[in-house]
Amino acid sequence: MNPLKILKNGIIDDNPTFVQVIGMCPTLAVTTSAINGIGMGLSTLVVLMCSNMVISLIRKFIPDQIRIPAYIVVIASFVTIIQMLLEAFLPDLNASLGLFIPLIVVNCIILARAEAFASKNGVIASMFDGIGMGLGFTIALGVIGIVRELLGNGSVFGLTILPEAFPNTIIMILAPGAFFTLAFLMILIKKIKGEN
Amino acid sequence: MDEINLITLFLGAIFVNNFVLSKFLGICPFLGVSKKVETAVGMGVAVTFVMTIASAVTCLVYNYVLIPLELKYLYNIAFILIIASLVQFIEMFIKKSSPTLYQALGVYLPLITTNCAVLGVTVSSMQDLDAMENVAMGMKFTFSLVYGVGAALGFTLAIVLFAGIRERLERNNILPAVKGFPIALITAGLMSISFLGFSGLL
Repeated sequence: MNPLKILKNGIIDDNPTFVQVIGMCPTLAVTTSAINGIGMGLSTLVVLMCSNMVISLIRKFIPDQIRIPAYIVVIASFVTIIQMLLEAFLPDLNASLGLFIPLIVVNCIILARAEAFASKNGVIASMFDGIGMGLGFTIALGVIGIVRELLGNGSVFGLTILPEAFPNTIIMILAPGAFFTLAFLMILIKKIKGEN
Repeated sequence: MDEINLITLFLGAIFVNNFVLSKFLGICPFLGVSKKVETAVGMGVAVTFVMTIASAVTCLVYNYVLIPLELKYLYNIAFILIIASLVQFIEMFIKKSSPTLYQALGVYLPLITTNCAVLGVTVSSMQDLDAMENVAMGMKFTFSLVYGVGAALGFTLAIVLFAGIRERLERNNILPAVKGFPIALITAGLMSISFLGFSGLL
């Protein structure tokens, strides 16, 4: 398969958040600011890319009955590595993502790609699939994060943009705001697609 | 820690820090299996069952195996393996011992492995206990158990209420663009606002 086609598939046609609607927990929980959303997205991208490559490499040795536990062990190992790296080099990001770093293990996107793509395709194709899906997830989280941070805090990436007279809608950075933002983005995407 | 703290912890896990509506754990089953009240109840019971046992077992393994061997950093791999094998084990056990219960829960059990609420409750009770000093082993165990049961009941409450609302939404006339996931998310958002009202409870 063409690498570019695999990348486009992950970012647009099969976008994990807006089209497949999987991996919702981190999508809603960590997008209180743009930087948190993108940090989470990139951490997931690295885990997804590495686990896809390893699973694709060992796919012929794993007995069919125990494939899910085997995939989970591979994914959990990479998550542990990422968690240690974040603790060492980006302690602030690690603190704000908190519990959701160890929870990358149970992100449905990673297990779904292992099962649907990496267990059937070669290493290079699986790597591109991981990058594509990871970028699709990162972009979705970044967009939700930007909307919530702008409306809830008046800033984007920590830079104040809205004038002070504009009231901050605190609810956007609280839990309900996450549900509303995602709902309205989905309606918007449906509209754009429907009109084309 | 005294008794009152445990009650606060229990009520807090159900209402104030509801796992689904304020911590965003277990959103996938919350959105996926909430079209009917009946299936939502089944999922809630199955999750309560697994979460309670998983909290107890992971607490024991962490304190008696990982800490003495100085393998704390492997907690994530250990916990997810415990949960995955526990789910398998419970499935086999129920199949043999109570076929009626198996028929009711059977479909939902395998899904629970990737329910992040289960891993979430075990990891966060471990992190909370690590942050406290000089806690007796018995207290640690009680804390994990109470936290696990409270979080599971909170999950069940949220998913059953949500399914009730969604059943009624089915019969309403909704704009085509909003139908399906968007309206479900808006409903969840409104429920989340109402749960914010509980924050004055404790």
